[in-house]
Amino acid sequence: MKLLLAVWAALGIGLAAKDTCLDCHSVLDGKLQAPAAAFAGDVHAKRGFHCSDCHGGDPNAEDPQQSMSRAKGYLGKAPRTAIPKVCARCHSDANLIHKFRPQQRVDQLALYQTSVHGKRLAAGDNKVATCIDCHSVHDIRETRDAQSPVHPLRLPSTCARCHASKQHMASYKIPTSQFQDYQTSVHWEALAKRRDLSAPSCATCHGNHGATPPEVSSVAAVCGTCHVLFEDLFNKSPHQPVFAAAGQASCIVCHSNHAIHKPSTAMLAGDASVCAPCHDKESEGGKASAEMAGLIRRLDASLEKSDRILERARSSGMEVSEALLRQTEAKEHLVKARVAVHAFNPAQLRKPVEEGLAIASQTYSSGEQALVERDRRRLFMVVSVTMIFLTLAGLWWTIRRIEQNRSVIP
Amino acid sequence: MPAAETKTRVANWLEERLGLAAVRELMAHKTVPVHSSSLWYYFGGITLFLFGIQVATGMLLMLYYRATTTEAYESVQFIMTRVEFGWLIRSIHSWAANLMIFTAFVHMFSVVFLHSYRRPREMTWWSGIVLLGLAMAFGFSGYLLPWNKVSYFATKVGADVASSIPWMGQALGRFLRGGEDVAGATLTRFFAFHVVILPATTIFLLLFHLVLVQKHGMSTPPWIGVNGARQMPFFPNFFLRELMAWYGALALLGVLAALVPWELGEKADPFAPAPAGIRPEWYFLAEFYTLKLIPNHVLGIEGELMGIFGFALLALWWVLLPLWAVNRNGMIRVRLVTGIGVLLMAYLITFSLLGYFL
Repeated sequence: MKLLLAVWAALGIGLAAKDTCLDCHSVLDGKLQAPAAAFAGDVHAKRGFHCSDCHGGDPNAEDPQQSMSRAKGYLGKAPRTAIPKVCARCHSDANLIHKFRPQQRVDQLALYQTSVHGKRLAAGDNKVATCIDCHSVHDIRETRDAQSPVHPLRLPSTCARCHASKQHMASYKIPTSQFQDYQTSVHWEALAKRRDLSAPSCATCHGNHGATPPEVSSVAAVCGTCHVLFEDLFNKSPHQPVFAAAGQASCIVCHSNHAIHKPSTAMLAGDASVCAPCHDKESEGGKASAEMAGLIRRLDASLEKSDRILERARSSGMEVSEALLRQTEAKEHLVKARVAVHAFNPAQLRKPVEEGLAIASQTYSSGEQALVERDRRRLFMVVSVTMIFLTLAGLWWTIRRIEQNRSVIP
Repeated sequence: MPAAETKTRVANWLEERLGLAAVRELMAHKTVPVHSSSLWYYFGGITLFLFGIQVATGMLLMLYYRATTTEAYESVQFIMTRVEFGWLIRSIHSWAANLMIFTAFVHMFSVVFLHSYRRPREMTWWSGIVLLGLAMAFGFSGYLLPWNKVSYFATKVGADVASSIPWMGQALGRFLRGGEDVAGATLTRFFAFHVVILPATTIFLLLFHLVLVQKHGMSTPPWIGVNGARQMPFFPNFFLRELMAWYGALALLGVLAALVPWELGEKADPFAPAPAGIRPEWYFLAEFYTLKLIPNHVLGIEGELMGIFGFALLALWWVLLPLWAVNRNGMIRVRLVTGIGVLLMAYLITFSLLGYFL
């Protein structure tokens, strides 16, 4: 029997372990019952962990005096300052964590200690976020679980619980509009409207466990994590040393930080130009921005014109898929031109714009030819159908003539 | 040598070798009944004409078409854009295929409503039903050949339905696809079905069908009777009228090809997700929509399987129409057959429309 039990245990099938914490708390009322009720959905419960793994004590003892005895290692509710270390007992232990997830990182505590949250907590500030403020407590779920507060779709609102609270942030003297601004951004649109889980949210730029606001000098590097070409062009541009000397945070100067809107040529020229505050219209910079806007608008208009004629041809049933494919190529040049703006040199835009215009001109011509061909086919059809109807009339006349001479056999 | 004498000598030469006098004799005496429903006699001929169009345009398309996954789409694109009148040939081929199936259905229902399937024309009915099945098989195999997105996924769905048939389904699915998935092997064998196997079978059966039509002549509805109808000489009276119907069909094909050219769509990408609202050709829509409506499980049996089994039984029952349409006294159950024909037609039209719009 012992051998059988040993084999049973070795196979990990497990016998139902006794857990008097859950047994008692599940029949208690209110606040004392809530942790036991929530724990059923907790990832730790699903992986075989017990209350005592965090809170200490003896889950086998029936007597509460015994099970929650300090002599048996009972810790009770951990103070906020101790929470990161309680979690790290397991989460920093690679041997333990990798049994469940071989790729799981174990440096969360180390990162947390470098974060503003971690540093303030170490300095005795109990208001800052610890593990349980973001991941919740007793009903902790995996990040990929849609119910987890740190699931990509829920993360911004989780950060906003503190960062959008004027009362909570009052003592730190930092703004509380980040979440509101973020909700107007292209990143939010990708995340919330297109449900793109890879779209940037708070942690993408600020880090998660090592959450820190990017330094002014590192903003381009943060944006450049995704927008590689833009960063490269900007770093080689005349703006980079000027912004650095002025202590201005590169990308943010024109695009803002949380309220990043879809860029358009209006940012280059016109009343909403982001260049205007520094560059007068008549200055070299003002002229350059107007020229860049002009180049992009020209290509944009040309592509739209081609799109319209090709759509007319396509909806008439004409085969224009080759031209439509070429049109995609031309649109890539428009994208390249928009990227090239970040060199802040009109000369760098001319090449992609001219290449795009050349293709747009060809595709427009294909659309025109398709419409001419469509009209030719219709004319051909009218002539053919007329001839067929004349033949039909001739046949009918022949039948009538025949039947006048030899009628239907009675 | 005078022209008249030359003509006589040529005629005699041909007569000696071909025996055309018998054909002339047949044409001189062959008649067609004339009554209020004579119009329906033309639909068999129109279907035959459209089949001829299919053969002619299909042969022209074969000059340029390449049946490989890397070249099929591009070769059809080439036909549509570069080959002189290629657009016309392909559009007429596609439109004629659809019109042919439509006129074949009209022909079938006209046979039902005029009760032309009755003795001694049972074999004509059965060969006709098989020909309709072959026409639909032509449609199914030809649909994949341009290798575009819609046809690729519709074929996938069709092959999956075939695979769900018990016992033989897996083998049938593999046979249709030439493997576990719709790929290059499927295209090759669908091309072989479309241009060799199906045409060879169709031509054999078509000849059999036409010989039977010739042997038994045109059927007269039971309420008119064999002696109750006036007769019209087949040649030239009926033949010229049929020719008019063919010209009418040709005009319609020309109008459709010019105003609504058959689309090529996007090239198939086996790794792309299936486009939304994927559905088969219109002549499979009623069955497709019915399968969609059947719950996942009916009486503990998989719903789709139940549907396929039901269709198979219905098809068998329909094929056996000449046998159950006759009562014990040898009389045709006119009302019963007409009623069932109306119900079946209403089902096909309604469910096809629902399948198209929903």
